Amino acid sequence: MAFAIGMTLILGTALAFVSESLKDKQRAEREFERKKFILSAALGTDQINEMIATSRDEVNDLYEKRVANLVVGADGTPIEGLSADDVIVAKEYKKLQRNSDEVMEVKSGQTLRLPVYTIASEDGEGIAYYVMPIYGFGLWDNIWGYLALQSDFNTVQGVIFDHKGETPGLGARITEQGLQERYQGKKLNNEAGELVSVNMQKGEGADYSDAPHKVNGMTGATITGNGVNAMVKDYAGLYSDYFNSLKKS
Amino acid sequence: MSTEALQQEEVVEEVKKSEPLFSKKNRKLVTNPLDIDNPITVQVLGICSALAVTIKLEPTIVMCMAVFFVMTLSSTIISMLRHSIPNRIRIIVQLAVVASLVAIVDQILQAYAYDVSKQLSVFVGLIITNCIVMGRLEAFALGNKPWPSFLDAAGNAFGYAAILIIVAFFRELLGSGSIFNFKVFAAMGVDYVGNGVMTNTAGACLILGLLIWAQRARNGYYEEE
Repeated sequence: MAFAIGMTLILGTALAFVSESLKDKQRAEREFERKKFILSAALGTDQINEMIATSRDEVNDLYEKRVANLVVGADGTPIEGLSADDVIVAKEYKKLQRNSDEVMEVKSGQTLRLPVYTIASEDGEGIAYYVMPIYGFGLWDNIWGYLALQSDFNTVQGVIFDHKGETPGLGARITEQGLQERYQGKKLNNEAGELVSVNMQKGEGADYSDAPHKVNGMTGATITGNGVNAMVKDYAGLYSDYFNSLKKS
Repeated sequence: MSTEALQQEEVVEEVKKSEPLFSKKNRKLVTNPLDIDNPITVQVLGICSALAVTIKLEPTIVMCMAVFFVMTLSSTIISMLRHSIPNRIRIIVQLAVVASLVAIVDQILQAYAYDVSKQLSVFVGLIITNCIVMGRLEAFALGNKPWPSFLDAAGNAFGYAAILIIVAFFRELLGSGSIFNFKVFAAMGVDYVGNGVMTNTAGACLILGLLIWAQRARNGYYEEE
């Protein structure tokens, strides 16, 4: 009995100490990953990885120089005095529910906050890409990522997906660069301007280069694929009011 | 699991105080698991992670270091406590020590090797259930002094690492056409298309099978009737 109590105390203290002393470093790593994801979605994973290989400061500088952010409400109007970095997308996701038309809507009494990251064009004039955090549910646990759109708010510039617990080798493949690159150049809206989103199809290996709303899925990971499809469509819908307000102005 | 192999090793007697640090017996503790008593190819333990983390060399080597750290420390700690651990709760004590060490490794990886720790994902946590770790604690550390226990754990960790690195080398070379993410075939000017089987778990099974075959052929092993 005494042995069990003593052991618990010693091991517990050791774990708490390690966890506490590494906390800041871990937070910095996650922060850096967020920057990396936002830049990779807009500018391509290869370019950012190359940069990281030479120096991580370069990535921080680039982010500092070209990325700005804002927060908009569900109606698409900007919310003043709030930084996108302060919005936790996972918490905002909990304010949503699916209505009878399978469309995500805000639960009554909740105010949704949607972060937007804007990437300035290379010459510094105007905004080249808009990057939106997206969030959803895969097979086992939450999935999330970033969706980068060109300034027509229709063409996908790039996507980044990440996950908590999808099956390695199957659903976890959504983190693979090759898979994410399938989305590049795809369109969210059809020619009539209606939201169709980009959908992973069942199976793998078909040629969808002429289909603006279809990409190859993942064999053996259909449910993760469905989760990704729902996630992209949900957030394309949620941000559409913001896009429309910009298109008009 | 080959419990027989584990039980046989309990026969190893405690090393006498006057023995030199690297006596013949102690050296055997390190060298045996590398070949004739290899935890993966002979005892067939720790297969799960051998199949899962060997797609590329970099995460594999980090995984091997993590296993080495957990095994040597847990063996030494359990061996030092072996007279005071109440027999009834010894499995729980072993588990608590191993789990704490794994949690520490996981935290350190998240702080200093974030990308690799994401690639390894659940498999760092699953070191807790790696049969080699608990197997060595039960079969050796509980009945031997700290130094031989340390050597035994180190030997088994090296034996584990050797197999994983060989498997990962072939899987990365044939599956992705690279070594440590350096595109070997592209650098030689050869147009190589990665072999999909090798990036899948089945590829690890194939290589592991070939390895066991080669090892048995070399050591003249025959299945007992």
